[in-house]
Amino acid sequence: MREFNYYRAGSVRDAAKRLAAGGNAMLLAGGMTLLPALKMRFNQPSELIDLAGINELKGIKLSRKGAHIGAATTHVEVAGNVELRAAVPVLSQVAESIGDPQVRNRGTLGGSVANNDPAADYPAAALGLGATIITNKRKISADNFFVGMFETALNAGEVVTEVLFPLPQRAGYAKFPNPATRYALVGVCVAQFKSGVRVAVTGAGSSVHRLEDFEEALERDFSPGALEGIPVSAANLNDDMHASAEYRAQLVGVMARRAVAMALD
Amino acid sequence: MSGGMGIGASAPRSEDRRFITGRGRYVDDINLRSQQYAWFVRSPHPHAELRGIDAGQALGMPGVTAVLTGADLEADGIGPLPVAWGITSVDGSPAVEPEFPALATGRVRYVGNPVAVVIAETRAAARDAAEAVNVHYEELDSVSNAVAAMEEGAPRIHEAAEGNLCFNWEWLPSVMAPDAKANTEKALKEAAHLVSLELVNNRLVPNAMEPRASLADFNSATGQLTLYTTSQNPHVNRLLLCTATLRMPEHKVRVVAPDVGGGFGSKIYHYAEELAVCWASRRLGVPVKWTAERSESFLGDAQGRDHLTRVELALDAEARFTALRVDTIANLGSYVSTFGAAIPTVFYAPMLAGVYKTPNIYVTVKGVFTNTTPTDAYRGAGRPEACYLIERIVDEAAAQLGMDPAEIRRRNFIQPDEFPYQSPVGQLYDSGEFEGCLDLAMEINGYAGFDERRKQSEARGRLRGRGMSFYIEACGAAPSQAAGQLGARAGLYEVATVRVHPTGVVQVMTGTHSHGQSHETTFAQIVADRLGVDFSNVEIVHGDTGEVPFGMGTYASRSLAVGGSALVKALDKVVDKGRKIAAHLLEAAAGDIEFGDGQFRVAGTDRQVAFGDVALAAYVPHNYPLQELEPGLEETSFFDPENFTFPSGCYICEVEVDPETGVVEIRDFAAADDFGNIINPMVVEGQVHGGLAQGIGQALMEHCRYTPEGQLLTGSYMDYCMPRADDLPSFKVATRCTPTSFNPLGVKGCGEAGAIGAPPAIINAVLDALRPLGVRHIDMPATPNAVWWAIEAARSGE
Ligand SMILES: Cc1cc2nc3c(=O)[nH]c(=O)nc-3n(C[C@H](O)[C@H](O)[C@H](O)COP(=O)(O)OP(=O)(O)OC[C@H]3O[C@@H](n4cnc5c(N)ncnc54)[C@H](O)[C@@H]3O)c2cc1C
Repeated sequence: MREFNYYRAGSVRDAAKRLAAGGNAMLLAGGMTLLPALKMRFNQPSELIDLAGINELKGIKLSRKGAHIGAATTHVEVAGNVELRAAVPVLSQVAESIGDPQVRNRGTLGGSVANNDPAADYPAAALGLGATIITNKRKISADNFFVGMFETALNAGEVVTEVLFPLPQRAGYAKFPNPATRYALVGVCVAQFKSGVRVAVTGAGSSVHRLEDFEEALERDFSPGALEGIPVSAANLNDDMHASAEYRAQLVGVMARRAVAMALD
Repeated sequence: MSGGMGIGASAPRSEDRRFITGRGRYVDDINLRSQQYAWFVRSPHPHAELRGIDAGQALGMPGVTAVLTGADLEADGIGPLPVAWGITSVDGSPAVEPEFPALATGRVRYVGNPVAVVIAETRAAARDAAEAVNVHYEELDSVSNAVAAMEEGAPRIHEAAEGNLCFNWEWLPSVMAPDAKANTEKALKEAAHLVSLELVNNRLVPNAMEPRASLADFNSATGQLTLYTTSQNPHVNRLLLCTATLRMPEHKVRVVAPDVGGGFGSKIYHYAEELAVCWASRRLGVPVKWTAERSESFLGDAQGRDHLTRVELALDAEARFTALRVDTIANLGSYVSTFGAAIPTVFYAPMLAGVYKTPNIYVTVKGVFTNTTPTDAYRGAGRPEACYLIERIVDEAAAQLGMDPAEIRRRNFIQPDEFPYQSPVGQLYDSGEFEGCLDLAMEINGYAGFDERRKQSEARGRLRGRGMSFYIEACGAAPSQAAGQLGARAGLYEVATVRVHPTGVVQVMTGTHSHGQSHETTFAQIVADRLGVDFSNVEIVHGDTGEVPFGMGTYASRSLAVGGSALVKALDKVVDKGRKIAAHLLEAAAGDIEFGDGQFRVAGTDRQVAFGDVALAAYVPHNYPLQELEPGLEETSFFDPENFTFPSGCYICEVEVDPETGVVEIRDFAAADDFGNIINPMVVEGQVHGGLAQGIGQALMEHCRYTPEGQLLTGSYMDYCMPRADDLPSFKVATRCTPTSFNPLGVKGCGEAGAIGAPPAIINAVLDALRPLGVRHIDMPATPNAVWWAIEAARSGE
């Protein structure tokens, strides 16, 4: 790590102002991604603006629109919230599939979506459920938010304040963990709404993305069998020492079927 | 009298309170006044010519004291890192042992090769300055794979090593007829069945929980150097520092290894970083500390295994083994590490008989240089490699002949009435009950119920497989003379001093050193048992050359077998002397004194004196036979074993494979081990669990991988997969006991068994599950990706 200034922000406005003040400041949420990067000297911010003291960023609320989760809410809080589990069990399942207890106690929803790691779990849930990412400036639909590998629609100086997840009729998340990291080697989130079915996959490609073929098939028949035989192209999938692209393509099909089965369970 | 904590009791570990409450004292916990920090500049290239090092900018940075390079090292006459075991090639020439300087001169030969060291007032300053050291490299072609390194036209790594060959070795122990090779070839030709396999033993990173660290403190007033270092064997480090590298008189160097957080072999060696901080401290007159980052551990700790082997097994018409031929290529990395040449040769070939009566065995091994981190001993060190190929090919033979894997083993076992058994590869086995262990393993596994379990798995869409392995290994290194004949450049005895204090409490100074094996508990149990003193009144002191006599440390499951034996001998001397003192106090003849339960008693009477009173008399010799006996009660013994010990055991593993994803789950693991006598069953069980976990890691997850050129691909836990608790089944363990005759405790050693026996059992189980799909072979690690591809290949008929 190199030397940096530490600033504990009191409000979202305060944080945004600091962030806009120039220099090379960065927001710090749970630090589970940022701190390892600093230790490896991949990033060299002049200042870290800690969001931990901002109450308005925390908490889980249910409304007719869906589940509102503050950006600084930790994974363990999401996993452990009883009302949320009753309303959208898939979100609790996603949160508890992340990392280990230490990571779940520190890591936050906002940090995870802002980071958009191609193997992270929350992006699949956000895209699969058609969430809205709310910032201090605007509202961005998940379809427009996750742009590419570690890339989002966030502008410089923008702070994620909340994510709003609509409530599906049923949904499931099947994760095949990378044996080494336990991030998703392939993770598929399937959600059925009155308006249609959404299927999002993480880990397989350069960024989380939707699977239109699967969505159409499931709209006709929401059952694992409906996905049988739909080819998954390996062409644009990740290929590394943990999994070849062809193997990932196989896992996309298997995990999607299992996610549907979980939704039906 | 031992407080219930004598030999055979599962005494709770004395160490646990401080470890579990975070009060262990490791090297990095020690900080000295005026201490400075070292940071190493390491080569980013697998192979390059060093054209120049410009430290000008770094030296000008705040807090920087010095930047030292290989040229400074040479100027100061610091010797290269030593090789402690010499190997001789078939043609009689010695193995090529290129000079391995602590800081590279001329060339770098692997990624992570230290090039310079920055000394600064803080770690951050040292690191910042290291990034500012400008090294001019001229890159060279490079190679990481041993087979590729032997090919014509491969980049030459050392001038002296043609074809990158360090040695070309064959195993012809004196007990083998000189025509072992011809006999083996003949038997292979005449075989009723011939089975052959090509097997990879995957390279592993040792991954001790505590990264290596060294803190050197040279006192210019006294000329004394104190080195705190993460070591399994502080006297060995001192010996190598004093004789080979730093070249200081031994009485001027004290090496302290406080609590050590795991080693698995990787903390045996005298490393570049340890040497560099000693030298820097002496040069600069300040204490200098280095603690590895985890990334440095991946690059710099000696790695394990990395063999490619062709193995052939000949059987007669009754499925009896008639010959085994083994041809191994061992990847040594860029230099010969301390025991790097010995592990794939003399620690490997002598184990290739396994537990079977194979009459003809012929082994050749080529040791090859590559542009990778050097390899050396890693938990099991040569024996896992031997066991893996024997137990894989025996299973393959059973599969090809349609035999039960248990039956083919039974037919070939060395029988209990055949001990001592002289194996054709040079080992003299003294004990074992192989069928007994096999039966025990089958019993705790529930062998007969397998078909039913297989059906249940199938009903859930899973393929169930069962695999078996039977290991034997050589522990308790080593009879020094035999080791010397095989090329060892050091003795391998062990030593203990028993100091009885006037109040009867006992301190034991041992030459072995625990890095997780609970010596403070187990050794204290032996003392409590033998002297009849309370367990809590015994303290074990180890790890400090300033306090303990010259011992060789802890590796190769030698601590109890060799060190414990030295302890027993010293305890016997204490009792003998105590008997004489007691005889005087009781006015009887020493020959009439019996000792038991902490009392010296005149045989056949109730006249007795307690051990504590005898100890007091020894230090307050008012009523004492001073004419015949010295006062005091302190004894030292050295023990050099007459042979290795030979633990053995049978492991049975059941797995379930998900054919859709290739995931292998271990459903059952039964381990039946024969460790001879057992001092603390709980500690032994813990050692077995740890070994099995590492074996499971090797079989299913761990793989140190490089690009063909030698860039490390698995340089962090993001890519190097370690087993976690939830990857492991609940182990079923049991023991049988045939004591060894080679040491007074009858103990054999248990530290490595699990890591040796587990990998073949698991791979055999995976193949048993996959054979119905047509899969005949899979290499370790059997990752989900690899298993799925094996199924795909079989399906498409490849
Ligand atoms: C050992 C380990 C295992 C893990 N396993 C998993 C896993 O299985 N699945 C998974 O999905 N993740 C995993 N993670 C990542 C974890 O979920 C992190 O919580 C997450 O990546 C980042 O969240 P954070 O709160 O820690 O963010 P930080 O690390 O603090 O920040 C990450 C990035 O987001 C930015 N940021 C943070 N908050 C905001 C905000 N409100 N608005 C805008 N930008 C913001 C920061 O500036 C930074 O660039 C793991 C991490 C570790 C260390």
